[in-house]
Formats: sequence, C-alpha cells, structure tokens
Amino acid sequence: MADITTSKPTTGGTSMNIGKILLEGRAFFALVAIIIVFSILSPVYFSVGNFLIMSSHVAIFGLLAIGMLLVILNGGIDLSVGSTLGLSGVVAGYLMQGVEIPAAGVILYPPVWAVVLLTICLGAFVGAINGVLIAFFNVPAFVATLGMLYVARGVALLMTNGLTYNNLGGDAALGNTGFDWLGFNRIGGVPIGVIVLALVALVVGLVLARTAFGRWLYASGGNERAAELSGVPTRKVKVSVYVLSGICAAIAGLVLSSQLTSAGPTAGTTYELTAIAAVVIGGAALTGGRGNVRGTMLGAFVIGFLSDGLVIIGVSAYWQTVFTGAVIVLAVLLNSLQYGRSGR
Amino acid sequence: MTVHQTIRPGATGEVVMSARHVAKHYGAVKALKGVNFDIHRGQVTTLFGENGAGKSTLMKILSGIVTPTSGQILLDGQPVTFHGANDALAQGISIIHQELALAPNLNVRDNIFMGREIRTARGVDFAEEERVTRALMEELEEDIDPLTPVEELRLGQQQIVEIARALQARSRILIMDEPTSALSASEVEVLFKVINDLTAKGVSIVYISHHLEEALEVTDHAVVLRDGEMTAWAPRAEIDLEWIVRNMVGENFDLGSPPESEMGAPALSIEELCVPDPSGHGLLVDHMNLSVKAGEIVCIYGLMGAGRTEMMECAAGRLAASGGAVKLHGQDVSGLTISQRIEAGLVLVPEDRQRDGLVQTMSVGQNLSLASIGAFTRGLFTSRKAERKVVETSIREVTVKTDGGGAMIGSLSGGNQQKVVIGKMLATRPEVILLDEPSRGIDIGAKAEVFKLLAQTAKERGLAVVYSTSEVGECLSIAHRIIVMHRGRIAATFDQTATKEQIMAASGEAVHH
Repeated sequence: MADITTSKPTTGGTSMNIGKILLEGRAFFALVAIIIVFSILSPVYFSVGNFLIMSSHVAIFGLLAIGMLLVILNGGIDLSVGSTLGLSGVVAGYLMQGVEIPAAGVILYPPVWAVVLLTICLGAFVGAINGVLIAFFNVPAFVATLGMLYVARGVALLMTNGLTYNNLGGDAALGNTGFDWLGFNRIGGVPIGVIVLALVALVVGLVLARTAFGRWLYASGGNERAAELSGVPTRKVKVSVYVLSGICAAIAGLVLSSQLTSAGPTAGTTYELTAIAAVVIGGAALTGGRGNVRGTMLGAFVIGFLSDGLVIIGVSAYWQTVFTGAVIVLAVLLNSLQYGRSGR
Repeated sequence: MTVHQTIRPGATGEVVMSARHVAKHYGAVKALKGVNFDIHRGQVTTLFGENGAGKSTLMKILSGIVTPTSGQILLDGQPVTFHGANDALAQGISIIHQELALAPNLNVRDNIFMGREIRTARGVDFAEEERVTRALMEELEEDIDPLTPVEELRLGQQQIVEIARALQARSRILIMDEPTSALSASEVEVLFKVINDLTAKGVSIVYISHHLEEALEVTDHAVVLRDGEMTAWAPRAEIDLEWIVRNMVGENFDLGSPPESEMGAPALSIEELCVPDPSGHGLLVDHMNLSVKAGEIVCIYGLMGAGRTEMMECAAGRLAASGGAVKLHGQDVSGLTISQRIEAGLVLVPEDRQRDGLVQTMSVGQNLSLASIGAFTRGLFTSRKAERKVVETSIREVTVKTDGGGAMIGSLSGGNQQKVVIGKMLATRPEVILLDEPSRGIDIGAKAEVFKLLAQTAKERGLAVVYSTSEVGECLSIAHRIIVMHRGRIAATFDQTATKEQIMAASGEAVHH
C-alpha cells in the first residue's frame, strides 16, 4: 500500500500568522492590554498585593466559569449556577449555626469539613436534577436551568426568611471553627480561594485534555449523534457536566460566604451571566465542542481585572456595566470570525 | 387571474436558459468541472447522475443559491449573475427541493405567499391572497382548501403547494429535485399530469430523479452527469434505460469482485426483526430475516424508504425494535446499548456522514480514535503516544489522504471523510460492520477504494460486511450476495450472476406502464 500520508510544511505569509496569533490569543492580549492601561492610569493597580486581591474576586467567577465551560462544551447552558451559589452559601451558613433536632432535643454542630462536604453534595444534587431533566426528559437546557435558577433562589430565601446568616466563624467550644479559613487565609501569600481555583482549573484541564471523559465531552458537544454512534455514553456525559457545574457553584458559594463570613440568600444573583461571559471571552463556542480551561481562565481574569480596574480609577459602576457588555459582544464577534473561517 | 401571463412568446424547444463551462470547487473538492447544460422552453430536461455526480450543485447554481467558481449562466441568451435565490426567483426561476421548504404550521395560502404577501395600506390583503390561491389550486386540479394548515396535507399535496408557490411567483423555469421520492404511485401520476400541463403552458422543467424509468416517462431531454462532468446528452427519442445506466456508471467501471474469503459460522443473524413507523401505523422493517457469515459480504439494494437504514440502525442499537432479535455469534444483543454492541463487535457506519459520522469540531485523528478511546487509555489518562499509533495505523489502513492526524476534518474531501468514518469503526476491531450507503456523495475513485478496503478486510480479518446502496452498479461488485429490500421486506436474493435489470425490477423501481 502506498504511503498516502504526507506532511506538508504549513506555509503562509507572516502577516497572516500575526493576525492569526492575535485572533487566537485574543483573551491573553486583552488581559495584557487591560493590565497595561490600568497600570498607567493608576499607580496602585500594578502591585502583587492588588493582583492577589483582584484574583480572589476572580476566584468566585472563575469557579463558576469552569463549571459553565463544561456545560457549554456539551452544547448546553447552565443558568442556575448563581442561585446554586447562593443556596450553597445559605446551607453552609445554616449548618454552621447548628442543626436543631427537636425530637432528640439536641443541636448538632457539624465540623467544618462536614459542612463543606454536605454543601458540595448539595451542589451536585442540584446539578443532577438539571442534568436528568435535560438528558432524560429532553427539557431544553435553557428552560430546565432557568427553572432551577428560580427554585434554588426561592429555597434559599425560604430557609433564611430573606435574612442573612452572620458570624460564620464558629466557636472553639463547639469544635466548628475554621470556616473563614477558605476566604481569609493565605498560603505563601496567596489567598486560599485563588489556590482552590487553580486546583480546580488544573484538574478540569487535565480531565478535558487527557481522559476519555474529556474526549467524550468534546465529541458529544461537537456532534452528539456521531458521538452516540461511536459508542460515547452521551447521556451520562450530559448529566455529569451539570453535576460538575453544580459542584463548582457550591465550591464558589463556600469561598464567597467564607470571604464574607456571612451567607445571604441573594448572593450570586446574575453571576451566571458573568460566568457565561468569561467562557465566551475565553473563545468557547456556545454551539459546543470548542473551548478550553486556559481560555476560560483568561476570560474570567479579563472580566475581573477590567471591573476592578474601573473601580480603582473611580469610574462609575454604571460605566462598568457598559464596558463589560461591550467586551462580551466584541468577544463573540471575534469568535464567529474565528470559527466562521474554519468551516461548519 | 392567469398565472402565466409573463411567459414571453417563443417556440417550444428553444433554449431558454443555459450554463456554459460552469465549474464549482469547494476547497479541494471539485463538485462541477465545467458543465454545459441547456433548458428548453416548454419541455422537460432530466438530469441523471449518481449521488455526488454534481446534480444538486448544478441545480443550486441555476437557481442562484450557489455562485459558480467559473463559467457563465445565460438567460434568453444574455449572461446573468444571480445574487442569491431571491434574485433568480425574480427572473422566473424556482427550485423545489427534495426536502420541502414549507412552514408546516402555516396554512396553504400563507405558505404560497410567504415573503411575497400582497400588502396594502391596511396590512395584508388576505382575501385577495385566498382568491389567488383558490385559482392556483383549480389550475392544478387539486382540491385543497387555502386555509388548511400544511402539516395536515399528504406529502404529495405539499408538493403541489410548492409548485403553486413557484407558479404564483410566475416562474418560467421550475427545477424539481427528486420530486417523486416520497410520493405514492397515484401521487406521481398527478404530478406528471401537472408537469404536462405546465409544459403545455410554456413552463420549462428541470427534473432530477433516481427513478430512471419514471423519469424517462416524463422527460424530453436527458443529460447525464458523472463526477462533475457532463458525459452525455440526448433527446428522449434517442435513448433508453440502458443508455442512461451506461453513461451514469461509465464503461470501465470496476468496483472489484467478491473476495475469495473463507466463510465461517454466521456472525450476524437478524431474526423476524420489526421496526415500527414512528407515525404509529405500519412497519418500516417487516419481519426481516438475514444471516451473514464471517468473511461474507452482503449488499442490500432498495429504494429510499425500503427500510434499509432502519434495519441497520436497529441492528446497531440506534432504533428500538418492536419485535424480533439481533444475534451476534448466536448471542442476542437486542438489549445492549450502542457502545456495548460496539464492544461486542457490531458496528455501524451511518448513511449521513456529516450528521451522524463526523465531529466537525475535532481533528482527523480525534475522529478516527473516537470509538476506540479505551485502546489508548492507560489507567485514568489517555496516552498520547498510544493514540498517535492508533491514528497512524488507521490512516494507513484506510488510506486517508491527509496532512496528518492533526488536520481539521473539514479540510478533507468527501471520499476521505468517508474513509475516516469507516476507519473509526474498523479501529474498534469489529466482527460485523454495517455500512449504510458507504458510497454516497463520494467520487468514483474513492468508491473503488472503499470497496477494495471492505473486500480486503473481509478476506483478511474474516469480517462480515453488510452494505446498502441505491446504485445498482455497486451491487454487482464485491458482494457475495445481493439482497433487494422493498417495503421493509426482502423482495429477492441474487448472486453475482444477476443482471442490473433483474435487481431493479425486484426493488419495485418505478414501473408505470
């Protein structure tokens, strides 16, 4: 049999290559541009301390965005992550305040590790409901997660009666101290929240690039029918991504309520939109099958560093909204430019 | 209102529209390689050709949907350039696609005037629209109420609505792409009557059909395309069925012969298999029995809707059966999922490779390795080295012409894409492979290569191969056994000594005499 495979050297003009690099690395270049511009405009922007503070803000959106990336790679959308974040915080707060069992006449104070574990399970459960509705009952992802957005938020409000759980520091006498560790402590000067984000990003990045599950996810997002006929368990993959998205939201909820040492039922409102924006700015296609963790992280940092920068130089919050919107639309515009060329 | 008032006087048979040296390239794929084509006033010109011969591309160029890479379109002797389908429509050229372009939720009147509503100062003049629709239906001798929702009409009636829409737009050239493929015999007769009426009024028809005999009944001119080139042209009086088949398929057309493989025990047994029609009544596959031995190649021939696709999809686990069993080496696999069946050694190469075969967002290598990820997973993680080996082996085995495993799948030609889909399934080391129209939309050279690959694999690995085709020439190639399906059942079984005519006759292919 003749050797058919030929490796042609990729030829192309230098100018085209620069354009291509700029287009494909657009989130990275946008981030560099943002850092340069704000460093010029404000003397306090460019410092390690400020970057770490901004990064701990990014951690919240970043965690949501990683979960959202998985869902979007699958060709879906998860509008419920903001509410799941809020609900997770409230449940964590409730558990920290002690669970009263009237029948036994005791109040249980679960240790912090148990609180964290239970909250993550809650996130997974919320995601599982989304996933089962979407994968097995064929409810459109938009509708299923929109419903969950309301339900989870409503449950959080019901649990607290609209109020906020304060002082989640715990009590040494009850053995449940340490909840604020997530939000306040630092390892080697880096906030724990940022470390958590980095770990989650690393694990998810590895899963996407190097496991069968990652390959299944890209395949079923790119063409579900073809993936199914190739033996990919497309429904299991679909449920899994919503579960993982719920888990990411719960982790984000824990980090946020720990940072605030309080848990309000309205925490995380509209955060799902920021998460979607980060994923899109990171170059993922909303139609599924295209995107990666690196891009999404860059997207989250672009949004976070831009809005914090605007705060630092004293631009009105209303203008921040306008800027963020413009960046999102620009990002999608560039996405369609990139994917429009490489065919259907 | 007379519908054809704009048709200019002119002798019947005069050339009204023509294509001159029209070519269309999609990247490296040459869909049309410089075709000349004439449309005659008041006559039917039929375009014959196998799948992928370029018929649809030519029709899309004539109707303004696709811009040719080079060449010229002449309308009434004047060169024209169409900017989109609406532009062609304004010049009196309509196309009726194989898949009807109607809005099923709207009624007949609204569909006919869709995008061309009669607007007055006080909104749309529904009364006038309804009157015109009624007049059109009368003219077409169809008893369809203008206010009936299109989804309540039979397919044949929907086709009439499409024709009425073309007439309302005062079309003088009407292009029909496979108009009879979904019609019953009586509906076909109505359609032919309408075509005769239209040509009598000076409308020119371009007709595409796979039902050769049926097309011969209605046509005035025949044009044959093969691999993007026009191979023959003749008026009806000078041609017969054999002429068409010869020109479509080519003289020196060799797709190989059945390999001398050692046949083993039955690998695949389909017993009394039934697949219900999704609409609820009738069976798409009707108590079908089929047994295929290891090393044997079976060809399934049949018309569209004969149940070939459904039989294969059901065997592969995509469709649920309502009765019967699918056995692999005597083991019933009916309850297994698609992935379990792949594991067991039963794989399907689907008919529509764009929709069901390929993941367009992934590279050639990722597509090739998609079904056999387990083969290069070490513990939790995939091994890049092992994957590269799998991909390189596949590329060599199925002779994919590519820049390497990292190339985007969209950069390949149709034939090479098809080889990727086949290679993907062969990489799972199956024992039975089902291929639904593996030669669809690929050129003749690629076809020969695909068949050679199948024959070789059957012989060397003892693979049981079942492939379906709509081209009778492909039956008489590598298959040890030819099975003709008709209405969900096996209508006849042949070996290589059969003639094309025998096979076609057994399929119930359009014999209206």
